[in-house]
Amino acid sequence: MKSNTGVLLGRLMRNILRSPDTIITVAITPIMLMLLFVYVFGGAIETGTDNYVNYLLPGILLITIASGVAYTSLRLFTDVKSGLMARFNTMPIKRSSVLWAHVLTSFVSNALTVVVVILVALVMGFRSNADILDWLTVVGILGLFTLALTWLAVIPGLTAGSMEGATAYSYPLIFLPFISSAFVPTETMPKIVRAFAENQPVTSIVDSVRALLYEGTVGNGIWIALAWCVGIMVIAYLIASKAFKRQLG
Amino acid sequence: MTNTAISVKGLKKSFKDKEVLKEVDFEVQRGEIFALLGSNGAGKTTAVNILSTLMKPDSGEVSICGFDVQRQPEDVRQSISLTGQFAALDGMQTGRENLMMIAKLRGVSNPVQVTDNLLVRFNLTDAANRRADKYSGGMKRRLDIAMSLIGTPAVIFLDEPTTGLDPEARIEVWDTINELSEGGTTILLTTQYLEEAEQLADRIAILHGGRIITTGTLTDLKEMFPPTKVEYIEKQPTLEEIFLALIGKGGEVNEK
Ligand SMILES: Nc1ncnc2c1ncn2[C@@H]1O[C@H](COP(=O)(O)OP(=O)(O)OP(=O)(O)O)[C@@H](O)[C@H]1O
Ligand SMILES: [Mg+2]
Repeated sequence: MKSNTGVLLGRLMRNILRSPDTIITVAITPIMLMLLFVYVFGGAIETGTDNYVNYLLPGILLITIASGVAYTSLRLFTDVKSGLMARFNTMPIKRSSVLWAHVLTSFVSNALTVVVVILVALVMGFRSNADILDWLTVVGILGLFTLALTWLAVIPGLTAGSMEGATAYSYPLIFLPFISSAFVPTETMPKIVRAFAENQPVTSIVDSVRALLYEGTVGNGIWIALAWCVGIMVIAYLIASKAFKRQLG
Repeated sequence: MTNTAISVKGLKKSFKDKEVLKEVDFEVQRGEIFALLGSNGAGKTTAVNILSTLMKPDSGEVSICGFDVQRQPEDVRQSISLTGQFAALDGMQTGRENLMMIAKLRGVSNPVQVTDNLLVRFNLTDAANRRADKYSGGMKRRLDIAMSLIGTPAVIFLDEPTTGLDPEARIEVWDTINELSEGGTTILLTTQYLEEAEQLADRIAILHGGRIITTGTLTDLKEMFPPTKVEYIEKQPTLEEIFLALIGKGGEVNEK
């Protein structure tokens, strides 16, 4: 069973490497945003730190992942539409291995783009005094966030009627960091916006990652951040599994 | 071991309030080519999906090689292969990679050799290292059928294998199906074309209004059809012969 997932993972990863445009578009948008915010808006944004790249990076990483998972939906959608999914489902292999191959592909490809974005941030002046344990915790949170959004992405990938439908959900996801503490402190926002910003998942995740990278603590918000990630993941997983079963009508 | 490869009794399936299969019964013997003939929306794909464990029937008994599709889906999947209505391949992978992937998933012991043999057999060796989405419709279909042969399943389902193909490619696919059948594989194919059923099938079943309205050999069916219709069927290959003669493939047709 494991080796079947491996075969399918190999195929999907090869497809990603064969379409460099997907790698570039996924990495380029967050990099452009980072350049824009640091060199154009940055001077005018008051964050209480002298290194705006440092402030910005956690939010940028979440945007990277949110736009990366749209391709997970797209790849699944393509498999369903092309009939490959039906072919796999009538073969003597474990059906879940097909889904897991997509989930793992999403995980690996997002990890690659996140590394690229971090490298660009380093060139732009990103510095952190975090130790190994802090970094591992950051990797853990971002990994959970990726898994949560990936399972969310599986749902439209399986059920959408069109390519646009399969990826449309990712726009609000990419937009969510803008109404959070990712780019500016929430204190300056009008009351209602602030209430939303402070109680949505991105803010707690961004704040936790920031605390780990620059303050050497896990921060108080980490439990809220973890709860959001695990909560989204479990609910999305259950809905996705149900959609997968229903598809097999 | 009985001689029945596919047995369908009292099969029913509806989508919401739409009754697609009302009461479908038929049997296919081992080694037979069986054609399920029906117009658009008759429920051919629905029937094939149920037979190949993709969909659950509402009621009825369906078994493949003695295995019940509901109670023993794993065993059924060991015995079958599905070639769906549209060529199911990964367009970003080459023909060879597509075949290798299926060979590995099926756990055949010598995937490279199996792949090479199929590439030769389906006349795809020259295109083996090109991406499948660059193939012509006929080549895609050939690759698709080749993928279904890996692991030598006892029963193969072909859902409208030649729809959308030009006459030349259609004849290639027909040849392949005949060859397969000679090797002892049981084949259930669906089609909208009377001439296709006529060319290939040992027995034909007509699916209409959610039921099999007639089953029999071509001779049996010809007796039931009004003569004018039979004439119309007989004209089709003639047109094809003209077409093929014009593009220089006439000789092959006459051999059939
Ligand atoms: N998943 C589904 N949900 C709802 N209705 C469906 C579904 N699948 C098929 N149908 C309906 O069932 C009927 C039979 O469809 P089916 O695809 O089995 O026909 P078909 O004989 O294969 O037709 P075609 O020649 O066009 O391929 C159609 O009216 C179709 O709209
Ligand atoms: Mg159909």
